[in-house]
Amino acid sequence: MKDVAFGQYYPAESFVHKMDARVKILAVIAYMVAVFLVKSVPYQFLGFAACLLFVMIATAVAKVPFLRVLKSIKAILFFVVLSAVLQLFFNTSGTLVFEWKFIKIYNGGLLNAAFIIARITLIVLGASILTLTTSPVEIADGIESLLYPLKWIKFPVHEFALIMSIALRFIPTLLDETDRIIKAQKARGADFESGNIFKRAKALIPVLIPLLISSFRRADELADAMDARCYSGSKCRTKYKKMKLTWRDLIGTLVIGGLITGVVLLNNSGLLAVVI
Amino acid sequence: MSLLKAENVSFSYDKRIKVVKNVSLAVEEGESVAIIGHNGSGKSTLAKLFNALICPDQGKITVDGFCSDDKKSLFEIRKRVGVVFQNPDNQLVASIVEDDVAFGPENLGVKREEIGQRIDFALAAVGMEKFRYSSPTRLSGGQKQRIAIAGVLALMPKILVLDESTAMLDPKGRKEVLAVAEKLNKEHNVTVINITHYMDEVVRADKVYVVNDGEIVLSGTPNEIFKEKDLLKTCGLELPLAAIVADKLIECGVNLPQGILTEEQLAEELCALKRKI
Amino acid sequence: MRIETENLSYVYSQSSKALAVHALSGVSLTIEEGDFFGIIGHTGSGKSTFVQHLNGLIKIGKNCGGIKIGEYDLADKKCDFKSLRAKVGMVFQYPEQQLFAETVREDVAFGLRNFNKDISEQEIESRVRESIELVGLNYDRIKNKSPFELSGGQKRRVAIAGVIVTRPEILVLDEPAAGLDPVGKREFLSLLKRLHKSFVRTIILVSHDMNIVSENCTRAAIFSGGKVLSVGTPKEIFSDHEKLKSLGLDVPVTAYLEKALKTVGIDTDSDLTVDGFIDAYLNQCAEVDE
Repeated sequence: MKDVAFGQYYPAESFVHKMDARVKILAVIAYMVAVFLVKSVPYQFLGFAACLLFVMIATAVAKVPFLRVLKSIKAILFFVVLSAVLQLFFNTSGTLVFEWKFIKIYNGGLLNAAFIIARITLIVLGASILTLTTSPVEIADGIESLLYPLKWIKFPVHEFALIMSIALRFIPTLLDETDRIIKAQKARGADFESGNIFKRAKALIPVLIPLLISSFRRADELADAMDARCYSGSKCRTKYKKMKLTWRDLIGTLVIGGLITGVVLLNNSGLLAVVI
Repeated sequence: MSLLKAENVSFSYDKRIKVVKNVSLAVEEGESVAIIGHNGSGKSTLAKLFNALICPDQGKITVDGFCSDDKKSLFEIRKRVGVVFQNPDNQLVASIVEDDVAFGPENLGVKREEIGQRIDFALAAVGMEKFRYSSPTRLSGGQKQRIAIAGVLALMPKILVLDESTAMLDPKGRKEVLAVAEKLNKEHNVTVINITHYMDEVVRADKVYVVNDGEIVLSGTPNEIFKEKDLLKTCGLELPLAAIVADKLIECGVNLPQGILTEEQLAEELCALKRKI
Repeated sequence: MRIETENLSYVYSQSSKALAVHALSGVSLTIEEGDFFGIIGHTGSGKSTFVQHLNGLIKIGKNCGGIKIGEYDLADKKCDFKSLRAKVGMVFQYPEQQLFAETVREDVAFGLRNFNKDISEQEIESRVRESIELVGLNYDRIKNKSPFELSGGQKRRVAIAGVIVTRPEILVLDEPAAGLDPVGKREFLSLLKRLHKSFVRTIILVSHDMNIVSENCTRAAIFSGGKVLSVGTPKEIFSDHEKLKSLGLDVPVTAYLEKALKTVGIDTDSDLTVDGFIDAYLNQCAEVDE
C-alpha cells in the first residue's frame, strides 16, 4: 500500500530523470499546449503523430518501459470512451456513413471521436512521463520554486510548499493506518463490501472516525516536533536544496520548442510550404 | 553553573489540575539523567518545559543562562535542548531523510554549505549515513527514531531529551536508540535526559529522578533509587525482572547481597555462591 | 478449536517480481485447543502476516498452503469467514485506536450487532455487560461514557471488550501490552490469564518480550524470515541461546540464569517461570546440602 504515495514514480538513471523538475513541469505544460494547438482537419492529424513521436522518444530516453506509460491511460479509459461515444452519436456534421434504427453516425462524428481520443490520450501520456520520471517530492519542490514570484502578491509560497510536502510525507503513514483500522473493524464483523451505496457509506464511519481522531493527534504531535526544532515560519529561513539548471534542461527546452513550432507549421500547411 | 536548572516549576494545562508541581532539579553538562514515572505522571510535560514548548506557570527554567521567563530566549533554549518524542511517525516532516535532518538548521537560517556538513555529522553520529536519500516511511521504528535524533542533532543542541522515545519500539529498536544516546553522551559530550517508564533503561544513568503525580518523589543514583522498593511500587513502577528474582531468592533465604539490578549480576552472584559451598 | 496450518505461504505482490517479499514461506504449525501460544520474532519476521491469516483478514492465495481451524477450511472459497471471525477474535496493536462510537456500550456492541443481525437488545445488554466486566471495568459506571474520555489503559480494555463480546474461542493478540507502563503490563497479563479461564479456550500472543512468553505461554514458536524456526514449550525454544542471539532476540532472565548455573554444576531444569525456577533452584541447593 505504501507504493501509492510514490505515485507512478519509476526510479532510473536517465537524462529525463536528471532534468530539473521545474523545466519538466513547464515542458509538460508546453507540450499540452502543443497538443491543443493541433486542429481537427484530417491532414493536420500529422500534428498528433509528431506529439506521439515526441512521447515515444522521451520514454525511450527516460529508460521507462513504454508499457508503464501506456498503463496511465487505464485510469481515464472510461472518460475517453464516454467522450468518444458522445461525439459519435450526437455529432451530425458531415455525411451519413452508418444507419441502424435510430442510430445515425456521420463522418464528422467519426472524425471528432478519433480526434478526442487522440487528444486526451496524448495529454495523459505526456503528463505521465513527468510523474514517472519525477518523484512527488521533486514535483512539490518544483511547484514551490515556480510559484516563488507570487510572493510579491503576498501569496504564502513557503507555507503552501510545506503543506504539500507534509501531505506527501504523511500519505503512506495514513494509508497504513487506514489499512490497519479497516482490518480491525473487519475482525469485529464490519462489512464494507455488500449493501447499497448508503449502507456502504455508513459502514465507513467506524473507519473514518478513528482515522480523523488519530490524524488530529498526529497533527498535534507534529506541530510540537516542528516547534521543538525551532520552526517559526518563513522569515530568515534558508533552504538546503537548491535546484540547478543544467545543459540537459536547455536541450529539453529546445526539443519542446521544436515540437510546438512543428505543430504550428503543420496547422498552417501554407506556412509549411513556405518553409520547405 | 548547571546547564539546565528547574526552580520550583509548576504547570497546568487547564489552570485547575497541576500536572507538574513544584519541581526543582539541576542537570550538569555531560551528565546522563533519567526521569522515570508511570503513564500520566507528568513526566512528558517536563520534556516540553525543558524545551520551552510550554512555559511554567510558576517558577522558572534556565538553560545555559537563558531563562524561560524571557520570550526572546525561547529559540535559544530550543536550540540547546533537542527533544525526540514518542511516536517516530509523527515527528518527521520530509519524505527524504536528508531533507528531514535539514529542517532544523533551515529554520535557524544556517547557510547551505554548513547544513550539508551538519547533515553529514548528524547522520554519522546515529549511524544512518547509508539512508541519506531514503524515504523514512520505509525504515524500521528504531531507524526512524535515529533519524529523529539526527534531526535534533543538526541543531547542535547541548542537551538531548528522549521523551519516551523507546516506548513504541521493539527490543531491537530500543537497543539501537539507547546505544546512540549513550554514544552521544560519551563521545560527543551531549547531556542526555531520558524520560521513560522502563526501569532497565535507568540502570546506566548517572542520576535518576522518580516522578509521581507531577512531583519529584525521589532522586539519586540508580542504586539508591532501587533500594526504595516500596516507594517505587506506590509510584506504579517496577524493578527490572532480574532484581525481582533476586529479591524473591533472598526472601527464600538465599544469601545474596542487596542491590542486584541486572541478570548478569544475579548470575554472577549465584555462581559465586555455589563456589563458596 | 484446533488450528492447523500447512505449508502456508504469502507473497506481498508488488508490481514487479523483483520487489516481491516472501512474508511467509512454508509455515506448518499446529496450535491445540487450550494453548496459551506465544509467537516471537522481529518486526518483518512474518508473525503479523501469519496471525492475520487466522481469521481470514488475509486470504490464502493459490498454491499457498492451507489452514484448518476446527471445522473451517480457510483455503475453501466457500468458507464462512464472517462466522469464523466471531469465533477467532483479533486484538491489534494499540487496539484503542479502533474505538469510534459515542458510548462505550455502543462501541463494545458493534461486533455483536455485526455478527448477529437479529439479536435482541436484552441479549446485547447482558453480553456487553459480561465482556466489560471480564476486562475488569465497572459496567454501570462506564457504559454511557464516551470512549474518548477514558484513560489510556481503560480505552485498551474497552477495545478488548469489543473483541471478546462475541465470545470467541480463540483470541489472537498482537503485542497487546505495547506502550503500557509496568503496572499496566502486569494487570494486563493477569487479565489475559483470566480470559483464558473463560470462554476463550486458546490464546495466541504475539510478543517481543521473552519474559512474558516464558512466564505465561504453554507453547511458542519463533518466526524469522517468514519461516518457523522452532516450536515447542518455552523450555524447548529457549534452549539454544546462540541461535536466539544470532537472530538478535533476547533470552528470558530465567533461561539466562539457568544456563549460567549449569556452568557451575547446578542443573535447575525448570519450566522457566520465575516461581518454577526459584523452586527448582532451592531444591537443587537442598540436595547439595544433604
